[in-house]
Amino acid sequence: MRLDVVLRVATKLFLPFILMFALYVQFHGDYGPGGGFQAGVIAAAAIVLYAIIFGLQEACKVVPPAVVEAMVPLGVLLYAGVGVASMFTGSNYLDYSHLAHDQVHGQEWGVFLVELGVLITVTGTMTAIFYALAGRGKQDEP
Amino acid sequence: MVLLTLLAAVTIGIVRTRSLFAVAVLLGAYSFLMASVMIVLDAVDVAMTEASVGAGISTVLVLGTLYLTKVHETPPRYTAMLPLFVAVGTGAVLIYGTYGLPEFGAANTPVNTHVGMSYMVRSIPETGIPNVVTSVLASYRGFDTLGETAVIFTAGIGVLMLLKRFGKKG
Repeated sequence: MRLDVVLRVATKLFLPFILMFALYVQFHGDYGPGGGFQAGVIAAAAIVLYAIIFGLQEACKVVPPAVVEAMVPLGVLLYAGVGVASMFTGSNYLDYSHLAHDQVHGQEWGVFLVELGVLITVTGTMTAIFYALAGRGKQDEP
Repeated sequence: MVLLTLLAAVTIGIVRTRSLFAVAVLLGAYSFLMASVMIVLDAVDVAMTEASVGAGISTVLVLGTLYLTKVHETPPRYTAMLPLFVAVGTGAVLIYGTYGLPEFGAANTPVNTHVGMSYMVRSIPETGIPNVVTSVLASYRGFDTLGETAVIFTAGIGVLMLLKRFGKKG
């Protein structure tokens, strides 16, 4: 697959748009359809596409497996951390109302950070599973 | 109706085909059709999730698994009569159950008047988020979403523990 010029060029053209679309889905989720789960999967799909076309080694250079595996718990911690932070502001756990100067802004920040946590965990998990599957196949070849 | 007919055709194709590669591709097509059905039902968020997770990542992961295993299904060694009976029975009961449901989109059902309407009214003044799906998911039902994220985390580390090779020497 690594010698296929059409696929390589098309992938290089498409990748920025895929990543951009993932970010759009993530940060526009307040207004349109989408959110952390969908955006995370789209971002992971971009990494998987890169790994399929250019090979696993190249993808591991761009997105190291250590980073990916760190992202898996990081997102959950960020999410739970927002809950703890809202407790310090005097609200209940995961009640974002007092994170900023008024309730609407507090909610906006809370939702933003929570969705970011979801994005990080979903991207990390999907990419890590793909890395594990693909890497295993390569080493099993006799 | 066209979409549902296509769904049925794809399902029959999945059941009949023995080549698992074709099954993986057909499953992707099934997910896209399902996403179209969701769009027809005005559930855009669900459609997006189905298209990206069901058709995108799942297909890649299934194909990756096929790379590690055999690509042909072994013929079944038992008859399918009992599973067929159970499936047809469950389907009949479910279809019978749909006759008790209110008409699709009716405004005076408990779904649209009770909690759902309350969220529709409260979302903009309380959170400033026009997409009610997002505000319910991330704010009102934040605990649920935290649980979902934890489920993904748990599933991820579970798969990694099974698949990844710790200590490259092996």
